[in-house]
Amino acid sequence: MSVPAAPLELEGARLAYGPRVVWSDVDLTVRPGEFLTVLGPNGSGKTSLLRAILGLTPLSAGRLSIMGAPPRRGSRAVGYIPQQRLIDPATPVRARDLVRLGLDGDRWGLGGGSTRARVDALLAAVGASAYADVPLGMLSGGEQQRVRIAQALGTEPALLLCDEPLLSLDLRHQHEVTALIHAMRRERGTAVVFVTHEINPVLPYTDRVLYLAPAGHAIGVPDEVLTSSQLSALYGTPVDVLRSQGRVVIVGGDDEHVHHVEEADE
Amino acid sequence: MSTAVLSVSALAAGLPAGVLPAEVADDWWTRIFDFSDYGSLIALVQNSLIAGVVLGLVGGLVGVFVMQRDLAFAVHGISELSFAGAAAALLLSIDVMLGAVLGSVVAAVVIGLLGTRARDRNSIIGVLMPFGLGLGVLFLALYPGRAANKFGLLTGQIVAVDSTRLSLFLVIAAVIVAGLVVIWRPLTFASVDPDVAAARGVPTRALGIGFMLLLGLAVALAVQVVGALLVLSLLITPAAAATRVSASPVVVPLLSVAFAVTSAVGGILLALGGSVPISPYVTTVSFVIYVVCRIVGNARTRRGWARRVAVASAAEASTA
Repeated sequence: MSVPAAPLELEGARLAYGPRVVWSDVDLTVRPGEFLTVLGPNGSGKTSLLRAILGLTPLSAGRLSIMGAPPRRGSRAVGYIPQQRLIDPATPVRARDLVRLGLDGDRWGLGGGSTRARVDALLAAVGASAYADVPLGMLSGGEQQRVRIAQALGTEPALLLCDEPLLSLDLRHQHEVTALIHAMRRERGTAVVFVTHEINPVLPYTDRVLYLAPAGHAIGVPDEVLTSSQLSALYGTPVDVLRSQGRVVIVGGDDEHVHHVEEADE
Repeated sequence: MSTAVLSVSALAAGLPAGVLPAEVADDWWTRIFDFSDYGSLIALVQNSLIAGVVLGLVGGLVGVFVMQRDLAFAVHGISELSFAGAAAALLLSIDVMLGAVLGSVVAAVVIGLLGTRARDRNSIIGVLMPFGLGLGVLFLALYPGRAANKFGLLTGQIVAVDSTRLSLFLVIAAVIVAGLVVIWRPLTFASVDPDVAAARGVPTRALGIGFMLLLGLAVALAVQVVGALLVLSLLITPAAAATRVSASPVVVPLLSVAFAVTSAVGGILLALGGSVPISPYVTTVSFVIYVVCRIVGNARTRRGWARRVAVASAAEASTA
């Protein structure tokens, strides 16, 4: 009997830059359609984890596999959504061009062949058809991220990596973008690895949390990991986890959480 | 106004600085526009016209990526180093085009290797550019030959491309266009969306350096025709004009090439009627095209370029 390959599997994974160990002994299997939220302070190795999954940084030890195969640069099994960034309005790229680049931008040549129908379908799936022909630099942050979701889904990936996609979005767009990513993984069975500073916008959709911290890491459902005792152990200093009206507020350890939550609290 | 035109044209034509007498002032207009004997002149500049068309094609295509990658300052820096190379070649009595190519390729590779981030790049260019210009001035000062040759490197000359040089010119242009065709798609991806391009396995750094090489070659070609100081008019202005009126990845390169060819060829044809260098004509045509495109683009933005089609609210509602 063959078990279907997991979108992402780490076994005894360890990443170190010279003598500095970023994380080690990470054992994790992400199931199809699972929503894994990756939390942790700056420098805890969240970005390094994404780079390892993308095949851009090799592990120092252990094993990492994507659908049962070693990570490979440019694998079509992995989609990637970066944080929103400022784009010059004069850049000659429309929403549909960005989606198309996700489909065939990695191939040599001028690019022939018709991808129009697929691009239209992807844009329609994320509700971005209305601004398909608008230059990217003229879209709002939330609209840009919608287009990026369509772009990342272009190769029908088994695993969707989201690298702080909510940064610099306002609260309403944060909720829209997370809801859309959730809807896409439900519809397509795409596993999601969502790296973020802010737990609250993704809390309703999160199946499991991977918390990377200076003194180790923890994996589990949010209620297991986001506790005062667990996080105090991870940080090696007292940390309080407060819950209020369905929101999680982390006090101590990493000041940035407090900052971001305050900011999000309208 | 007239004195400004006069001094520029006199300087560019290579007159000694002391010779600006009243008789020149009287006929400055005929020095800029005089279309007698036009037919016989055209035959003389056939090579330059071919070079102009080819340069327009190359400059228009390269310019699209110069805009996308924010390399305007790099183009200017490379052209000064190209000028230094050409001036050195003039002094050493070797082929000027060879010197221009060497100078700009060295500059392009240094900028490409050291300046991965925009801020690093700008400071490196800021350091290289005056050094290149200084070297060029030194070589020209040491050069004993005709002054017109010297100024030609800075401000362009209409008969710069003779038959023997034209074939080298065409070969280099063919290399640039072929190289661009091969890397077009991944270079576009790496230029407009570098994070995702890297995640999708596009070799962004190698493409960046590859493009700098092609850019260096293109600058060396442009220096031959419009001179080092005004390379930007063919490598940036046409593409900048095109992006004002379109955002389509097909229309922008086509327009950019059309604008660059119009500027180069139009500039050469106009320059035939005067005795001042070619570059003021090329830069003026190019600038007028840009101004028109800007006005058209602004009107378009006011009318709602970014306007959504009517399905907007329905689509938003279904996914929200």
